Amino acid sequence: MHSSVRGLRLTAATVTVLAVAGTATACSSGSGSTGNKAADSGTYTIWDPYPQFDKSSAWAKLLDACGTKAGVKIKRTAFDTSDLSNKALLAAQQDNSADVLIVDNPVVSTLAEAGVLTTTEDNKLDTSKVDANLLAAGQSDGKTYGTPIGANTLGLYYNKTVLKQAGVDIATVKDWKSLTAALAKVKKAGKKGITFSAIGTEEGTFQFLPWYWGSGAQLTALDSDQAVTALTLWKDWLKNGYAPNSVLNNTQTTSWQEFASGDYAFSENGTWQLANAAKAGFDYGVIPVPAADGASASAPTGGEFVTIPVQGKTDRYATSQKIVTCLTSTDNLLNTDTTLSYVAPTSEVQGKQVAANAELKPWVDAVKAAKGRTSDDLGTKYPKISEQLWKAVQSALSGAQSPKDALAAAQSAVK
Amino acid sequence: MSHTTKVSHRRPVRLASGAAPTAPPRARRRPTSQQWAAWAFLTPVTLYLVLFYAYPLYRNIDLSLRNYTVRSFVQGDAPFTGLANYRNVLHDPTFAPALLHTVVFTSVCLVFQYAIGLALAVFFNQRFRLSATLRALFLVPWLLPLIVSASTWSWMLNSDSGVVNSALHAVGIGPVNWLTAPGWSLASVIIANIWIGVPFNLVVLHSGLQSIPASLYEAAALDGANAWQRFRRITFPLLRPVSAITLLLGLVYTLKVFDIIWIMTKGGPADSSTTFATWSYQLGFGNMLPAFGPGAAVGNLLVVAALVFGLVYIRVQRKQGLS
Repeated sequence: MHSSVRGLRLTAATVTVLAVAGTATACSSGSGSTGNKAADSGTYTIWDPYPQFDKSSAWAKLLDACGTKAGVKIKRTAFDTSDLSNKALLAAQQDNSADVLIVDNPVVSTLAEAGVLTTTEDNKLDTSKVDANLLAAGQSDGKTYGTPIGANTLGLYYNKTVLKQAGVDIATVKDWKSLTAALAKVKKAGKKGITFSAIGTEEGTFQFLPWYWGSGAQLTALDSDQAVTALTLWKDWLKNGYAPNSVLNNTQTTSWQEFASGDYAFSENGTWQLANAAKAGFDYGVIPVPAADGASASAPTGGEFVTIPVQGKTDRYATSQKIVTCLTSTDNLLNTDTTLSYVAPTSEVQGKQVAANAELKPWVDAVKAAKGRTSDDLGTKYPKISEQLWKAVQSALSGAQSPKDALAAAQSAVK
Repeated sequence: MSHTTKVSHRRPVRLASGAAPTAPPRARRRPTSQQWAAWAFLTPVTLYLVLFYAYPLYRNIDLSLRNYTVRSFVQGDAPFTGLANYRNVLHDPTFAPALLHTVVFTSVCLVFQYAIGLALAVFFNQRFRLSATLRALFLVPWLLPLIVSASTWSWMLNSDSGVVNSALHAVGIGPVNWLTAPGWSLASVIIANIWIGVPFNLVVLHSGLQSIPASLYEAAALDGANAWQRFRRITFPLLRPVSAITLLLGLVYTLKVFDIIWIMTKGGPADSSTTFATWSYQLGFGNMLPAFGPGAAVGNLLVVAALVFGLVYIRVQRKQGLS
C-alpha cells in the first residue's frame, strides 16, 4: 500500500505541475486580449489616453473611420494617461504592443529608449509639415519616433472683474515685478491673487517650467542663480498670501476649480481649459506667462504623440502607417484638435483654427514659442530632472528648505 | 481550541478501525480513492498559491536583484547585480525618513485604532437601544472605497477651503496647513488612517467580547469587583487571543497602507509623509522613468517586515497554546 500511495503521489504531483504549466500558458495567451495577439490580422489595436471619450464620441468614430479606410477593424482601448507608459512597457515586454499608441509627449523618449517604438524611417510616417519645436519632443539621437496629434501649453488666465475691482490694468503686467505688484493690489482689494499647481508629480514641474525657463535657467543646472530666483518668486507669493497654500496639493484641475470660483485674479492653466473658461460665468482673458525681464517665457509643450510600436510581425506597419496618416490628415486634425481643445501641430491647420475661433490666437502664438520638456537632447534624463525639480519646489514652498538649498539638493540628486 | 482539535484527530481513526473488520478487501482501495480525492481537492489551492503568491513573489525578488532599465525591462536581458539595489535603497537619503515614518505611522495607528476600537467594543457590548444601529453606522468608514474617504479627508483638511480650518477659525485658532506643512502631513494621514481602521478593530473585538461568558462577570460582581476591575481582570485577559490577531492583522494592513497617503499627500511635501509603501510606488511607478529594481527592493523589505511579525505571532500563539 505504501508504494502505491507513493506512486499516486508522484502522478498527482505530475498532474499538478502539468496543470500549472497549462494554466500558465493559457494565462499568457489570455492576457493578450487587449493587444494584437488575440486579434486577427484584420483587427488593429489603438491605445489612447482619452478615457473621457466613449464609443459614441467623435474621436472613437474617427478611429473607426480611419480603420475602415485602411481596410481593417479598429479595437480601441483608452487608458488614464499616467498609466499608459507603464502599460505600454509591460505590453512591449510580452511582445504584445498595440498597433498604434497615442502617448503623452515626454514619455516618447523613454519608450524610444526602451526600444518600444519604430522610427519614422521604419514606419514611413511623413512629419515634414509639423512645427519643428513640437516635433523635437519626439526626437532623440537624430531619430523621430512619431508625430504630434496636437499641442497645448500654459498661459495666464485672468479674471477681468477682479482686476477691475483691484484697479489693475492688464496691459501693465509685463514681467515678474509688475505681476507681483498686480497681485499685491488684488490682495489689498480683498480678493485672492493667483492659483497654480505645485503638486509633487510631473504636473508640478510642467507648471513651474514657464517661470523656470522665464528666469533664464536651464534644466541641466537646477542650482543656478536664475533657478533660485524663479523658485523664490513662487515662495514669496505664498509667503505674502498672493497664492494659496493649497497650491502644494493642487492638480491643474483643482487649481482651475479655485479660479472658477471667481475669487482669484490669475490662474496658470492650459489650452484645454478654454471650453471651461467660457462656462465659468465671468469675463476672462489670457496672457502668455511673462519672463523675468519682460518678454514672454517659453512654456512647456503638452499634448500627445501618435506612435507605431515595434511589432513581431513587421508587415503590420504599412496598415498602421495608413491609419496614423489618416488620423493626422489636415481635415481630421482640425476636428480632433477642436474636440481636445488643442492647438494643431501644423501651420496650415493652426491657420484654420484661428480663422474659426479668434480666441485661439494667443494660444497658437504660445505653442509656437513653446519648448518640449525632453528637447535640448535631454531625452530620458528629463524624467529624473523633473522629479528632483518638483521635489525642490515642494520643499521650498512647504518651508522644509530654502529655495537655494532645495535646488542645490535637487541638482546633487540628479548627478 | 485544544479540545476541538483532539476530537477531530480522533474521528478518522475510529472510522477507519470501524470499517476495517467489516470489509477487509475494500480497505485497501479506499485510501487510494481518498488519496485521489485529497489531491483533487489540493490541486486548485496549490495552483492558486503558485500562480498568485509564489510566482509574483519570485518575480518581485528577481526584479529586486537585477539592474532594470526601461530597455532591459522590455528586452528581458537585465544583468544580475546581486544586492546592489538593496544597497542603493539603504544609502538613499529617503531611507531613514521613510523608515521612521513607517514605524511612527504603523505604531501610532495601531495603538489608537486598538484603544478606540476596544473602548467602542466595550461600550457597544452593553445592550441598549439603538446599539446595533449605532454599531452599524460605525462601520461606514470601513465600507467606503478608500479613494472616496481619502479624497474626502483631503478636502476637509485643505488649507484654504477645508472645513477643519474653518471650524478652527470659528473657535479662534489660526489655520493649519494640514497637508502642505512638513510638520503636519504625517499627522494628517495618521488621523485619517485611524478613522478608517477603528471599525475593523471594533468588529473583531466586539465579537471577541461576546464569547466571554456572562457568568464570569456575574461572579465577579458578586465578589464586589467594580467596572474597572471587571475590565482589567476578566475582559482584557480573556480577550488576549483576539487582541493578538487583531493587532497582527492591523499591523499588516497598516504597514502596507498606500492609497490614503498617496491620495492625500503623495508622500510629500518633501518626503515628510513618505512610508516604505509610497516610496516603493514612487520608485516603480511615480516617475515617467520607472526604477523597477529599487522599487521591488523596497517592496520586499515590507514583505520581510510583515513576515517577521507573522512569525512572532505564531511563536506567541504556540507558547500560549502550550501553557
